[in-house]
Amino acid sequence: MASATSKSYFWKGFRDGAPFVFVAVPFGLLFGVFATEAGLNVTQTMAFSATVFAGAAQFTALQLLQDNTPTAIILISALAVNLRVAMYSASLTPYLGKAPLWQRACAAYLIVDQSYACSIVRFEKEPDMSVPQRMVYFVGSVTPITPLWILGTYLGAVLGAQIPESWALDFALPITFLAMIGPMMRTLAHVVAALVAIVVALLTAGVPFNLGLLIAGTMGMVAGAQAELMLERNQP
Amino acid sequence: MTQVNPVTIWIIIIGLAIGSYLLRFTFIGLVGDRPMPPWLLRHLRYTAVAIIPALIAPLVAWPSATDGEPDLPRMAAAAVALTIGIVTKNVLAAIFTGAATLYGLLYLVG
Repeated sequence: MASATSKSYFWKGFRDGAPFVFVAVPFGLLFGVFATEAGLNVTQTMAFSATVFAGAAQFTALQLLQDNTPTAIILISALAVNLRVAMYSASLTPYLGKAPLWQRACAAYLIVDQSYACSIVRFEKEPDMSVPQRMVYFVGSVTPITPLWILGTYLGAVLGAQIPESWALDFALPITFLAMIGPMMRTLAHVVAALVAIVVALLTAGVPFNLGLLIAGTMGMVAGAQAELMLERNQP
Repeated sequence: MTQVNPVTIWIIIIGLAIGSYLLRFTFIGLVGDRPMPPWLLRHLRYTAVAIIPALIAPLVAWPSATDGEPDLPRMAAAAVALTIGIVTKNVLAAIFTGAATLYGLLYLVG
């Protein structure tokens, strides 16, 4: 009986996660193409997507790699982009923190934008779900995405080498990231964080080793946090 | 295609794989049910929204493909992708309209 309900929650998760296939496949393709352009071979590209499993961080690392940035700065910057998965992990902890450690260890690998977004909405809507039900729902939500993300990467890596320069793919990455920024602008504080980061990034563009990115990112984060505090204080 | 040192690439891949996993595991695995300080959560909320625009802004202002000369098709494509993303909250719609703007203007102004 218990396993039957768990099964239905797996499929609920699967259904809620399915639309994100239309994000995962093109993103995987784009990453495969960029990685090839940046000089990575198919094995390296596949290892990247399968182990890191974080599109935005992977794109960041590739861009900085092409700018001849020191390795340590590449790692710090890409991990900074990925700090939001730590935020997701923190946010899911009250719901999944009581599951066995091995399950949490596996679930950790599967924390991505899509599985987090689906799960947090469902968990808040149905507070009576048991911990095992939440866990299978979470795994279900990411099940349609992971294999197709990896398949998309593979196709991009294989096809990428054949794409001519006239396609202006240099600008596909900025467009992809800019497109991701729009939906992130949920509050005024998010807008403040982004604007401060942009201004500081342009002012510090001359700082060596792409350190301007970390300076601008930090300033943006502080600005966002301060804006949030001020907005809260001004609330009636 | 550029040649990149394979050792560097593997260091980046392995470093990011371990680092990303630790970022994901720390809270759900180690923190468990304990509460976290609000100031930390407040800053974590704005990491992606600060770092990504900071990464993109110089690429839009001084594109590498034009040797750093500001470029109308790329600026316009950036503006369209950002605007459509904000208005529709749809990432793919923003990518496609941005790309269409870029190719349209590259075709028109060369």
